[in-house]
Amino acid sequence: MQRYIIRRVGESLLALFALSIIIFLMVRMTGDPALLMLPADAGAERLEEIRHSMGLDKPLVVQYGLFVRDYSTLSFGNSLRTQTPVYDEVKDRLPNSLKLVGAAMVIVVLIAVPLGVLSAVYKGTWIDTLATGFAVLGQAVPVFWLGILMIQLFTIRLGWLPSSGMGGLDHYIMPAFALGFFTVAAIQRLLRSSLLEAMDSEYIKLARIKGLSEFKVVWKHALRNSLISVITLGGIYIAILVTLGILVEVVFAWPGMGRLMFQGIVFRDFPVVQAVVLISAAIVIFSSLVVDIAYAYLDPRIRLQ
Amino acid sequence: MMANVIDTAAIQPVKVSRLPKIFAAFKAAPVIPLTIIVVFVLAALLADLVTFHDAYQVKLPERLVPPAWVGDTTVMKTVSETVAIDELEKKITLTKASAIDSSSQVGDRIEVVVRQGGSWSRPMGTDPLGRDILTRIIYGARVSIIIAGAALAIGGGFGTLVGLTAGYYGGKIDTILMRFADITLAFPLILFAILLVMVLGPSMMNVIIAISLVLWARYARVIRGEVLGLMQRDFIARARVSGASDWRIMMRHLLPNVMPTLIVLLTLQVGWVIIVEASLSFLGAGIPPPTPAWGGMLAEGKEYVSTAWWVTTAPGVAIMLVVMAFNLCGDWLREKLDPKQRSI
Repeated sequence: MQRYIIRRVGESLLALFALSIIIFLMVRMTGDPALLMLPADAGAERLEEIRHSMGLDKPLVVQYGLFVRDYSTLSFGNSLRTQTPVYDEVKDRLPNSLKLVGAAMVIVVLIAVPLGVLSAVYKGTWIDTLATGFAVLGQAVPVFWLGILMIQLFTIRLGWLPSSGMGGLDHYIMPAFALGFFTVAAIQRLLRSSLLEAMDSEYIKLARIKGLSEFKVVWKHALRNSLISVITLGGIYIAILVTLGILVEVVFAWPGMGRLMFQGIVFRDFPVVQAVVLISAAIVIFSSLVVDIAYAYLDPRIRLQ
Repeated sequence: MMANVIDTAAIQPVKVSRLPKIFAAFKAAPVIPLTIIVVFVLAALLADLVTFHDAYQVKLPERLVPPAWVGDTTVMKTVSETVAIDELEKKITLTKASAIDSSSQVGDRIEVVVRQGGSWSRPMGTDPLGRDILTRIIYGARVSIIIAGAALAIGGGFGTLVGLTAGYYGGKIDTILMRFADITLAFPLILFAILLVMVLGPSMMNVIIAISLVLWARYARVIRGEVLGLMQRDFIARARVSGASDWRIMMRHLLPNVMPTLIVLLTLQVGWVIIVEASLSFLGAGIPPPTPAWGGMLAEGKEYVSTAWWVTTAPGVAIMLVVMAFNLCGDWLREKLDPKQRSI
C-alpha cells in the first residue's frame, strides 16, 4: 500500500513537472516570452525591463528555477489587461468554479447511478432503450450547445430559471446539469455493462439462492462491486468536469476560472491563461491522485498488492 | 492412398487478421449513422458545388434572416400618435410597417411586422453578419473533416508507432515510452491546446498540432497492450527465425493484427476530435474567424439566443449528428471486429 501511494505521488509530481517544463519551453522556444507578457503597444524600454525581471537574460536552467519559484509562491504575474496580480482574480474565482464542479458531481451521482441500474435490470426493455439513447445523446451533444439550448427553453421560453451569474440554488440547476450531462452518459454506459457482468456472477446467484429480495441483490450486492469500475475512472471524470467547466462557465457567465480564462483568451492576456491552465491541471492531477489513493484503501485487492 | 494425402489446411501460414470480417459485417451495418457520415464527407468534398452563397461575404442588410419555414413575426401595436412611416420605423426598429396607412388614427390597433420571414434561398437563415448559415455549415464540415483527419493521422500514426515499438522491444524502452504516454494522458487536453494556441497563435495548423500532441498517448497505450499479447504467438517467433528485420516484423506481422483495434479506436475518436475542435473554436482558441467552423459559429450566435435561435441551432445539430454517427459506427465496428475490446 505504502509503495503504491509513493509511486502514485511520484507519478503525479512527474506529471506536474512535465507540464511545467512543457509550458516553460513552449513559451521560450516559439518566440519572445516578453512579448507575450506585454500588451502589443508596449515600448522597447518596457520590453527590456520585463526581459530582465523575467530573467530572460539568464541561462535556461536559472529561468526555469525562477518560473517554478514564482508559481510555487502563488505569484502568477500581472494581468496585461487590468495590471493587477493574477492571483487576486484567481483567489476570488477558484471557489466559484469548485462549487460548480461539486454541484455537477451531485447531479451526476443522483442521475447516473439509478439510470445505470435501471438499464441493467430492465435490459432490453424500453427503459433500457431510453437510458441508452440518453447516453448516446450525452456523448454527442457539445456541452456549450446544451447550455444554450437550456437557456433558450428554461429562461427565454418558460422563464423558470436564471440564465447567468451566481446566486441562489436556482442558479446552479442549469449549469450543473449541462456540465454533468456528458459524465452521466459515460457512467451510465459503464455501470450498465459492469452490472450486467456482476449479475451473471456466482455471488449473485448465491445471494438469490439465499432468498434475498431482488432489490437487495441489485442495490446492495451487485451495485457495490460494479461501482468499483466507476470509481477506478473517478480521476478521469473529475478531469472531464474541470475541463468542460470552462465551457459551461462561458455559456452561463459563471464568475469562475473558466470565464476568467475565456476573457484571457479574448484579450490575448497570456499570464491569466497560463495561470488558469496550470492551476486547473494541478487540480486535475491532484484530485485523480486522491481518488486513486482513496480507491486503493477501499479495494483490498490493491491495498494488499 | 489415403495416408499420403496431406492436409493442406494444417500448413497454412498462421493468419489472425480479422480484416475480412469488416466486409462481412457490412451486412448488418447501422444505416442511418453511415448515411450521416456519407453526407458529411460528401458535403465537405463538394462544398463548392452544392452551395449557392459566399461563405465569407458580409451582407449586413440581410443579417439574422430566419430559416425558410419561419413566417413574418408580427406584433399588435396601438397607434399612439400618427407619425410618418419613416419615423415609426426608426422608433420600433421595424423592417416593414405594412399595415400603416394614412387612415390610421390614434388608438387604432394595427399589426406591425417586426421581422420578415425566411425564404428558401436561405433555408437555414443568416447569421449576425448576413452570411448564409447552410453554406457555412457545409464549409464547416470541410474544416471539421480536415482537422479530424489530420489530427488522427498524425496523432494516431505516431501513437501506433510508439505502441508497436514499446510492445515489440519491451524492457526499458517500453517503460520509458509508457511513462511518457501516462504523463500525456494526465493532461487535460482542452487546457493544453488552449495554451499552445495562445502561444503559437490561432490557426488550423496549430489546432491540429495541439490535438495530435495529446492524442498519440491513447493509441500508444492500446496498441502496446495488443502487441504484448501478440508477441507470445508463434508466428512472431517464426518471423524472427526466418530473419525478418525488426521493422518488417512490426509493419508486416504486428500492424495487420492490431488493425481492427486501430480502426475501432480511430472511428470512436473522430467524434471526440470534432467536439474538442468545436470547443476550442467556441472559446476563441481554435479556428480563427471568418473561417466557418461549427464551434465558432456557435460562439458567434451565443449573443443572439433570445432573438435569433437558428444561429446556434444549425451548428449544434450538425456537431451532434456527426459525432453521434461516428460513435455509433465505432460501437458497431467494435462489436463486430473485437468483442473483447468492448471497454476501449
